[in-house]
Amino acid sequence: MEKQMITTDILIIGAGPTGLFAVFEAGLLKLKCHLIDALAQPGGQCSELYPKKPIYDIPGFPEVLAGDLVDNLMQQIAPFQPGFTLGERAETIEKQEDGSFIVTTGKGTKHHAKVVAIAGGLGSFEPRKPTIDDLDRYEDKGLSYMIKNPEDYRDKKVVLAGGGDSALDWTIFLADIAKEVTLVHRREEFRGALDSVEKVQELVDQQKVRLITPAEILKIQGEDKVEAVLLQHNDEAKRMEEIQCDAFIPLFGLAPKLGPIADWGLEIEKNAIKVNNSLDYQTNIPGIYAIGDVNTYPGKLKLILCGFHEATLMCQSAYQRIYPDKRYVMKYTTVGGVDGFDGSRKVAEKAVVKKIGSK
Amino acid sequence: MSDVNITIIDREGVRHEVLAPTDMNMNLMEVCKSYELPVQAVCGGMAMCATCQCYIISDHDLGERNDDEEAMLWEAQNVQENSRLGCQIPISADLEGLIVELAPEED
Repeated sequence: MEKQMITTDILIIGAGPTGLFAVFEAGLLKLKCHLIDALAQPGGQCSELYPKKPIYDIPGFPEVLAGDLVDNLMQQIAPFQPGFTLGERAETIEKQEDGSFIVTTGKGTKHHAKVVAIAGGLGSFEPRKPTIDDLDRYEDKGLSYMIKNPEDYRDKKVVLAGGGDSALDWTIFLADIAKEVTLVHRREEFRGALDSVEKVQELVDQQKVRLITPAEILKIQGEDKVEAVLLQHNDEAKRMEEIQCDAFIPLFGLAPKLGPIADWGLEIEKNAIKVNNSLDYQTNIPGIYAIGDVNTYPGKLKLILCGFHEATLMCQSAYQRIYPDKRYVMKYTTVGGVDGFDGSRKVAEKAVVKKIGSK
Repeated sequence: MSDVNITIIDREGVRHEVLAPTDMNMNLMEVCKSYELPVQAVCGGMAMCATCQCYIISDHDLGERNDDEEAMLWEAQNVQENSRLGCQIPISADLEGLIVELAPEED
């Protein structure tokens, strides 16, 4: 079935802090934004890699947790009602005759925008795959690197591998749904939130989860789908064991890849997109901008605060591109306030002008 | 303060003899970046991406891997006994003569 096309003024690829803040600056100019991100939640690296780490160089915030910064940005842009296509990676871009663009994701969702701003950070996060032969033979035939729909595992025998938060969290979640859950990890130690580690311990004690550590999965078995995995216990005897299963889910974290953007005809230097930093952060293709960690220019610094600045200038240029004949001057939010697309209005309270008399 | 001599072998096998300062609060990943060697350092030094993974070739004693580094190396590819994350190795006078090799990039 053909999905309906999403239309917007500025299509932002990447929902990290830079992409999110661009929504705000665009909103002040009455431009609508839609964001695409390969991750299932907004925030980019801040949410995915280090939500609990403090950042000390956001102007005006002596200290802010990366996760809180994302929450604040989401709150700040909410009045401008951005659209999101999450969990999908932008794959192709086609320039239209009128200068606009159509960007299609891997799942076929199409987006039509007057301007495209790539705020892709280090690229889209893709699952790190284990080193096992014939992996591609079993992909989507019982082997997956991320869990999209937990219901797929109802009453199934599932083997999970990994030692981080996602392996722990999904073990806990699937323990209630699946018929059998086995967690395999190379080490006896896990790196995750304390309560997740304790919960898994509890499930192991109650024999709701089988834990096999230290061990490594060496092979997948099955004719045309996953039927079993072969693992080696990392003990003195190096004992091998076969575990019958319907699904094998290695959760070894995510690694960013520049991905398909690299093939969009943009000028690339050292894994980053070259832009014009003396003007507006536009790429070699007019109408496509690159802001934040994904771009490069002489003196580039990959800092969130620099991304905010780049997003702001990009929006001004995008406005002129979209409305070449309109006159516009930048207005301070202290003067103009913020008019949301949702009808909300924020504005500085007027000072009173009132006579103060004496008795 | 003095600099130390470090040899970094890149993924093409080319040896780069570099001088690393011991007084700039730098780590091995940052030294690689300052010489524009092909280390991505995606996470910026938080032991969260393993793009600065390297093999310690000389017999310097760098101490144990720290917990974060150890956990990251459980999940990374191409890990060997002598694997370390460059971002977790501070440059100190003890590193004089250190030889490291950059681990292959993950696929």
